[in-house]
Amino acid sequence: MAVTQKFVGQPVLRKEDPEFLTGTAKYTDDLTVPGMLWMAVVRSPYAHARIKGVDLTKALGMPGVVAAYWAQDFEWAGPLLMAWPATEDLNNPPHYPLAKEEARYQGDGVAVVVAESRGIAEDAAEAVAVDYEPLPSVAGVEAALAEGAPLVHDDLGTNRSYTWANTNGDVDKVFAEAAVVVKERYRVQRQIPNAMEPRSILVDPNSASGQFTMWTSTQIPHVLRTAMTLATGIPESKLRIIAPRVGGGFGSKLQVYPEEALGLEVARKLGRPIKWTEARTEGYLATHHGRDQVQEMELAADADGKIRGYRVRILANMGAYLRIIAPGTPILGAFLYCGCYQGEAYHIEITGVFTNTTPVDAYRGAGRPEATQAIERAIDALARRVGKDPVEIRRMNFVPPFTEATPSIGGLTIDSGDYPATLEKALELIDYDQVRKEQQARRESKDPKQLGIGFSTYLENCGWGPSKVIGGVLKYAGGGWEAATIRCHPTGKVVAVVGTTPHGQGNETTFAQVVADELGIPVDDVEVLFGDTDVAPSGWDTYGSRSAAVGTPAVYRATRKVIDKARKIAAHELEVAEDDLEYEAGTFSVKGAPESARTIPQLAFSAWTGHNLPEGLEPGLEESAFFDPSNLVFPFGAHICVVEVDTETGDAEVVKYVAVDDVGPIVNPQIVEGQVVGGVIQGIAEALYEEAVYDDNGQLLSSSMSSYAIPAATEVPSIITGNHVTPSTTNELGIKGVGETGTIASPPAVLNAVVDALSPLGVTEIDRPASPENVWRAIRDAKGGAA
Amino acid sequence: MIALTAGRKGGPVTHVSVTVNGVSREADVEPRTLLVYFLRETLGLTGTNVGCDTSSCGSCTVLLDGVSVKSCTVLAAQADGREVATIEGMASDGQMHPLQDAFHRNHGLQCGYCTPGMIMAAASYLKENPDPTEEQVRESLEGNLCRCTGYQNIVKSILDAAQQMSGAKV
Repeated sequence: MAVTQKFVGQPVLRKEDPEFLTGTAKYTDDLTVPGMLWMAVVRSPYAHARIKGVDLTKALGMPGVVAAYWAQDFEWAGPLLMAWPATEDLNNPPHYPLAKEEARYQGDGVAVVVAESRGIAEDAAEAVAVDYEPLPSVAGVEAALAEGAPLVHDDLGTNRSYTWANTNGDVDKVFAEAAVVVKERYRVQRQIPNAMEPRSILVDPNSASGQFTMWTSTQIPHVLRTAMTLATGIPESKLRIIAPRVGGGFGSKLQVYPEEALGLEVARKLGRPIKWTEARTEGYLATHHGRDQVQEMELAADADGKIRGYRVRILANMGAYLRIIAPGTPILGAFLYCGCYQGEAYHIEITGVFTNTTPVDAYRGAGRPEATQAIERAIDALARRVGKDPVEIRRMNFVPPFTEATPSIGGLTIDSGDYPATLEKALELIDYDQVRKEQQARRESKDPKQLGIGFSTYLENCGWGPSKVIGGVLKYAGGGWEAATIRCHPTGKVVAVVGTTPHGQGNETTFAQVVADELGIPVDDVEVLFGDTDVAPSGWDTYGSRSAAVGTPAVYRATRKVIDKARKIAAHELEVAEDDLEYEAGTFSVKGAPESARTIPQLAFSAWTGHNLPEGLEPGLEESAFFDPSNLVFPFGAHICVVEVDTETGDAEVVKYVAVDDVGPIVNPQIVEGQVVGGVIQGIAEALYEEAVYDDNGQLLSSSMSSYAIPAATEVPSIITGNHVTPSTTNELGIKGVGETGTIASPPAVLNAVVDALSPLGVTEIDRPASPENVWRAIRDAKGGAA
Repeated sequence: MIALTAGRKGGPVTHVSVTVNGVSREADVEPRTLLVYFLRETLGLTGTNVGCDTSSCGSCTVLLDGVSVKSCTVLAAQADGREVATIEGMASDGQMHPLQDAFHRNHGLQCGYCTPGMIMAAASYLKENPDPTEEQVRESLEGNLCRCTGYQNIVKSILDAAQQMSGAKV
């Protein structure tokens, strides 16, 4: 029986949930293989040090220790993959899994120890004697570019990795003629992604066949397989990478890590399975960090606040080495420093800088939260300057609504947009006039707890693709298409094999919803397979909010191909022309004779037996599709935050938050809301709490979960969400992405609210994060200025 | 009854006998073995996750004699002679516990890694306070971190489960 119920657009409960809820889900660290050994990594305690010698003798003599190696024991086929050579002049010192002559950040791997148990491996790692000669180090971007700064890579003669620039229009003229120029300087503090599952790797070698299976907590099994071939020389045909259940990523598992290459090489040397699981404090040093920029943001405007031009200079901290997409991470936001506003000229210059710190790479939003916080804070600064309300300044500068792809001053061609609509809806949901009244009452009563209202009317670009654009002007080395195979089993059950690798996004449900609707079968009859390079051989994996926007069209197209083939079989069996068939909800029926019909499961059975197929038609009902989008997709929306700031203690608390997002048509509203809320809270955490702090010697001070301020449930609010739908013109389903909108939109809404709360005290800006200390300092400085 | 031997060859061992999810389990382990590794590695109960090494995240929360503890802060030896409940024991007769069911219905999980700890912490708290307010639920979760959900649907799930559980008693 075909199912006529539509699943797309419904809050279908997640098919993947039961195994997580019952503890049967298997993450990498839950797996064991007979004969397995444990690996531990010896890491540099210094931010910068010459390695004068490594003595493994004591470690090797410990009971239970099987082997120990340092850099000179390995011969690599190539360095770890850096896939984004963003400029011609890019400095990209090769990064090998273990440091040989110099350790360049605290946590840089120097040696590995392999033992019968994790405890023994860790004990033995402590017994490895490394003779270090500490060298001068540098942690911040501005210090690193200063004359005479210690060099992270001596032979480069500079700490500059690259400078990338893009210009649209005559910026100098626009700024020279502007009635008003606003110039702001922002520091986007370093973040530690903190996926709840620490990274883990298990490698099982087969020394007879030369096959290697690696389970790893990664977002990118497909990219990783190629990268491991480049690093180790093991051919891709002999490498199977499996991302089993992965406990969150947020970009931190969009990486090719030293431990992955080391696990493979050590397994190859010893012919035994090797496991490594990072301790959380180890991960704080060894798993990449995010953000860390210094920004100079300028707006040129008319006297009434109408923006004419944008001029941006970014110093982006790369850490000690360029990791997989590090140089490109700031470029992902480089076209968005104009937000969703109009203008005549735009210039941006990004300089990537090496420092003696943990490498920096993608963290949920990657480049776009940085851009959004700059433009959304700067437009508030402009509003203050010209004496306008933040709502008014936005309304007058919005690009008007459009439904066909339209160029932006930032250099993008935007799929569709209706920026005023999301703002108006958000104002309604927050009850703007009422909140302003409450704020006024507190101001008049000189309440020590002041209210502030902050806006972020963001625009972002995501749905990573299309291949020819990202590989062309953007110089990214990889592709941006997605792949899917739909396989109809003879009894009517369906498997969807996909190239993205969900780790919390709910694709096992959303992809199944799309397939079920097209084939007219129950959603539970569709199984989604992924995350194993032998099961799902093609795909570009999960990051950049691409699963919905790039992955779904691939699933949809493969499903339509199945229907096209099934139509031929149906026409043959019913003895009519294909054109005489109508297809609805999984059933082909003869026009005018609906009792003559075949369902997809019936046709799948026919295709399986092959007893009576049209001449020349291959048996089987299984089709694949590769989808390469024509453009990125461009979600947008309006977020409004109300904070209560204790002007005596500096404590800021979000008391109300509205997020109205336009992510195109929604496949599963419950899952989309979950993505929005989770992202907004992560962004609130970035705005108010979290900061990775290095001291002057390059030592990470916020070095564990007890000193890095991830908020608990008591420290964050509930979010009110709303939707607006403008279909994307990039794909036939109109779908945009939603995975990163929250972290992109929310930090400036919070920061603008804090400044608004404190504006009666003369505060005009706040350092990130708006921690009690930074709020208190801002109040003190403002008072000092007034005195 | 299952007896397993773990630990370093020739090193000191301690004998631990624990009732886990109603089943008596015992083994000789290194004295330094934490309860969480005893559950995961000695008994193969990998539903209890490890998210940190500073007792900050609560992913490893289990019930010890009915009360929630972070199993990374307890030695296996300290659980000797006591009862441990883990996520694997929450469903009974193929029926999910009301908390598991509520997390499912309210989308209280995304990557799922913190989920067993959240459910065990909530199971303990709801025994203490069967009819909590939202604020009380949030306070009860202070020792459990989640990076995906922003807590909103976790809180909603627990409030929902509390209602279901009190309704079931009537």
